[in-house]
Amino acid sequence: MRRNRAENDANHTRLTRRAALLGGAQLLFMGGLAARMRYLQVDQADQFRLLAEENRINIRLIPPARGEIFDRNGMRLAQNVPSYRIVMVREDAGDAEAVMDRLGQIITIDEEIRERAMAEIKRSAPFLPVTIVDDVSWEDVSRVSVNAPALPGVTPEVGLTRVYPRGSDFAHVVGRVGRVSQADLDALEDPDQVLRIPRFQIGKINVEARREDILRGKAGTKQVEVNATGRVMRELSRREGESGKDIQLTVDAKLQQYVQARLDGESAAVVVIDCENGDLAAIASAPSYDPNLFIGGISSKDYNPLLESTYRPLVNKTVQGTYPPGSTFKMMTAMAAIEEGIIGPDETVYCPGHLEVAGRRFHCWKRAGHGWVDLENSLKQSCDVYYYDLALKVGIEKISAMANRFGLGIKHELALSSVASGLTPTKSWKRETRGADWVIGDTVNASIGQGFMLASPLQLAVMSARIATGRAVTPRLVKTIDGVEQPSGAGESLGMNENNLRKMRRAMFEVVNNRRGTGYRSRIIADEYRMAGKTGTSQVRNITAAERARGVSRNEDLPWERRDHALFVSFAPFDNPRYAVSVLVEHGGGGSTAAAPIARDVILQALAGGEPPLEAYPSADRGRIKTQQRKLREMQPQAAINGNDQA
Amino acid sequence: MSYLEYTVKSVPTGFRKILHLNWPLTLLLASVCCIGFLMLYSVAGGSFSPWAEPQMKRFGLGLSLMLVVAMIPIWLWRNLSGLAYGGSLLLLVAVALIGDERKGSQRWIDLGFMDLQPSELMKITLVMFLAAYYDWLPAKKVSRPFWVLLPVLIICVPTVLVLRQPDLGTSILLLTAGGGLMFLAGVHWAYFAAVIASATGLLTAVFQSRGTTWQLLNDYQYRRIDTFLDPAADPLGAGYHITQSKIALGSGGWTGRGFMQGTQSRLNFLPEKHTDFIFTTLAEEFGFVGGFSLLGLYAMIILFCVVTAILNKDRFSSLLTLGIALNFFLFFAVNMSMVMGLAPVVGVPLPLVSYGGSAMLVLLLAFGLVQSAHVHRPR
Repeated sequence: MRRNRAENDANHTRLTRRAALLGGAQLLFMGGLAARMRYLQVDQADQFRLLAEENRINIRLIPPARGEIFDRNGMRLAQNVPSYRIVMVREDAGDAEAVMDRLGQIITIDEEIRERAMAEIKRSAPFLPVTIVDDVSWEDVSRVSVNAPALPGVTPEVGLTRVYPRGSDFAHVVGRVGRVSQADLDALEDPDQVLRIPRFQIGKINVEARREDILRGKAGTKQVEVNATGRVMRELSRREGESGKDIQLTVDAKLQQYVQARLDGESAAVVVIDCENGDLAAIASAPSYDPNLFIGGISSKDYNPLLESTYRPLVNKTVQGTYPPGSTFKMMTAMAAIEEGIIGPDETVYCPGHLEVAGRRFHCWKRAGHGWVDLENSLKQSCDVYYYDLALKVGIEKISAMANRFGLGIKHELALSSVASGLTPTKSWKRETRGADWVIGDTVNASIGQGFMLASPLQLAVMSARIATGRAVTPRLVKTIDGVEQPSGAGESLGMNENNLRKMRRAMFEVVNNRRGTGYRSRIIADEYRMAGKTGTSQVRNITAAERARGVSRNEDLPWERRDHALFVSFAPFDNPRYAVSVLVEHGGGGSTAAAPIARDVILQALAGGEPPLEAYPSADRGRIKTQQRKLREMQPQAAINGNDQA
Repeated sequence: MSYLEYTVKSVPTGFRKILHLNWPLTLLLASVCCIGFLMLYSVAGGSFSPWAEPQMKRFGLGLSLMLVVAMIPIWLWRNLSGLAYGGSLLLLVAVALIGDERKGSQRWIDLGFMDLQPSELMKITLVMFLAAYYDWLPAKKVSRPFWVLLPVLIICVPTVLVLRQPDLGTSILLLTAGGGLMFLAGVHWAYFAAVIASATGLLTAVFQSRGTTWQLLNDYQYRRIDTFLDPAADPLGAGYHITQSKIALGSGGWTGRGFMQGTQSRLNFLPEKHTDFIFTTLAEEFGFVGGFSLLGLYAMIILFCVVTAILNKDRFSSLLTLGIALNFFLFFAVNMSMVMGLAPVVGVPLPLVSYGGSAMLVLLLAFGLVQSAHVHRPR
């Protein structure tokens, strides 16, 4: 086909025009691309640079080592020990099932645990280590290490876990830690990120929980570079955290162990407070439990007996339990009346065995009456009518106010969980909470520590210490934090008339050391250890008419949970008080028989700094005490006490 | 003007042809390929394997092919263009029947020594055949309906075949390149206006009908279109790639983070970092300066092609050169728009830079044709 030159030129001109047009459009588009590139790379560079860094850098937390807890002599009460777990990395293991089978032949793996681990291995990224077994023994770890060639991808890992070397002795003081639960996180407004570390442990109760702020420390961080699948490529930087600070308690582990052993078989509480500075030398609640059982999560097999026991081992009876103080409260009624000047310590009141108040007859425990009694005699024999009379004269408001000054009815700040404030009733309190008016009978009941009156063993010990010193001694549980001594609980003077206080102490001395005193059987005869105290028996219920008809009048005839609580408060040595002790035996019967002997043994142990000489006891008791001492020695593993776990 | 009318004696012969090659264009192409080697070396973490080394070997092969193609007179190529088109079409049919299926699409034929992607070949042969068609067609017939319908068919048959593979990216390229060639050949404006108008109308109808009683597509099809047009709506799926790509680009800044210092690509945040998204690595490591330089090289290649096409008095040569340049332009324009978040992810590699054998060989082959047209131009 032939074409002429003109047509050819026309064609080419059109082509040139359109080519220029299309080429221009292409260049324009490229200009647009360049502009877009400029916008992304120059105008928004900072923003995208930041996003790239966020992509790349991952911040990992390094869990801090928890502070340890020591007793006053540097004995470890809570420590961190390495704990081993076996982990598997799928991509290193190859055939995870086969490796797991082989592992199962080397160490015992629960079927349930195995299934859970396999499920997790399949679910997580192939390069992430998955825990197969937790808390494995050192033997198992070494067995796995020896067989390492047969177990690709399986490695033992080490972490720290909490151990309480003193076991049940300090469950109610040091408390325990546990895995962070959802409830723990919900309770905090702004939970520390460290809590989200898997298997991080947080204090659950008592000192571990209340001083969590000090013990936990601060998490360290390491910046790691990760790729798109989350695999760590390298560590970029590392900032070490801060270990938790150590705490030293005022408690003497040796004494505490003795007290727990002495309370064996009872449902009881003992508080030993240092009169000088308020240090709690022992604070024991029995029965107790082993906090180590709780750390990795407790099994229902272990937990149910604790929950169901009528002796309530999970309850800290020293601060959480409140009981009618019974006759141990009589000192408060008397102090209120005497300080008010209503009656002198030597003035007498006549006890005919009962008192008529508003048409109702209130009995003295001794139906025959005590005759004319003054403070000393009434306290010594625990006459009730004397205190009814004083209470009616001084009134409930003054009595409760006096009790508050001695540390009853107020909450003492301690690093323990659920510290109860007890109750010193007033007229307005009854109107507000009960919706009823105060009646005169309430005052009569309160005067002997019954009725609405409630106090914890801790408060009774504080009361004793304040009577012994005349100072507002406050209990102290934490001696040092990170080596820094905490403020002493010595307290200022209560501002009481010293003569009145002396009379009161004298009366308490007579309770224990006078032949007719209710605590005479628990006296100490060594001069340097002489004890003063007061018995108390608080009624859990009234003996009903029907029971009386059946002839029930004695505690021993009643079922355990309806028997009286036995109480005893004391301090020693009388001349120069060092320790005040309160004892409560739940449903123990009479204070003189169930509580006072315990108080004597404990106070002697504390004063002697170990097993007291038999000469401190009355000669008639020595045979029995010797047997008891031998028994208690056997109960306390001496190796643990004198062992090598001193700090 | 047919080849018989060439003033044959003015055309160089023998090895003297080599001197008459378009050397600046050759140099530009080689530079772009070298940038490719550099980036492939970088994304492999500073290693020639697995990408840079095979790519360099293919470049050597492709360069030789280009020279061989350039030595062969352009009129020979024109006479072969019908055969080439037919052959490509047969291969496309063959791939639909016996091709290897990878990543859910059937595009490849295993030739034993390499994998052939017939759709790549079709990009060039379609342009060749259309150029030959318009070279043969008298100018006054160009805009007549029958003579317009014919090239439309020539374009649409391979496009539909490629679309069925499915390979949306390549079919769009075929359609646009074919349409572009028709435009260059001088088809009347009205046809293009009509096509654009009706396409706009159809799209409007499709979207307007959504949610009404006369809805044209199913709901799931609309949702697919949504993700296609706006990947950000699916941030962990399609949107993930675009977001990471934009982060990589943006974090480059003016001068980049340095050779082999790009965290996005080195740490695998970028998808397909050695193929479709290789430009992001370049932009991350060399910044705006690097990205703009590559764009500049591309622009110069286009410019050289347009100039050489306009200066060439042979109609086939001009059309072929412009068509190949348009194809090349579409390649990188779609790829760059995609990685910059301006276009949906369609899977088009960056020409001469992305890792991939057949794409590079076919492109160098195509530039061989451009060289041949240049060498054998009427003087």
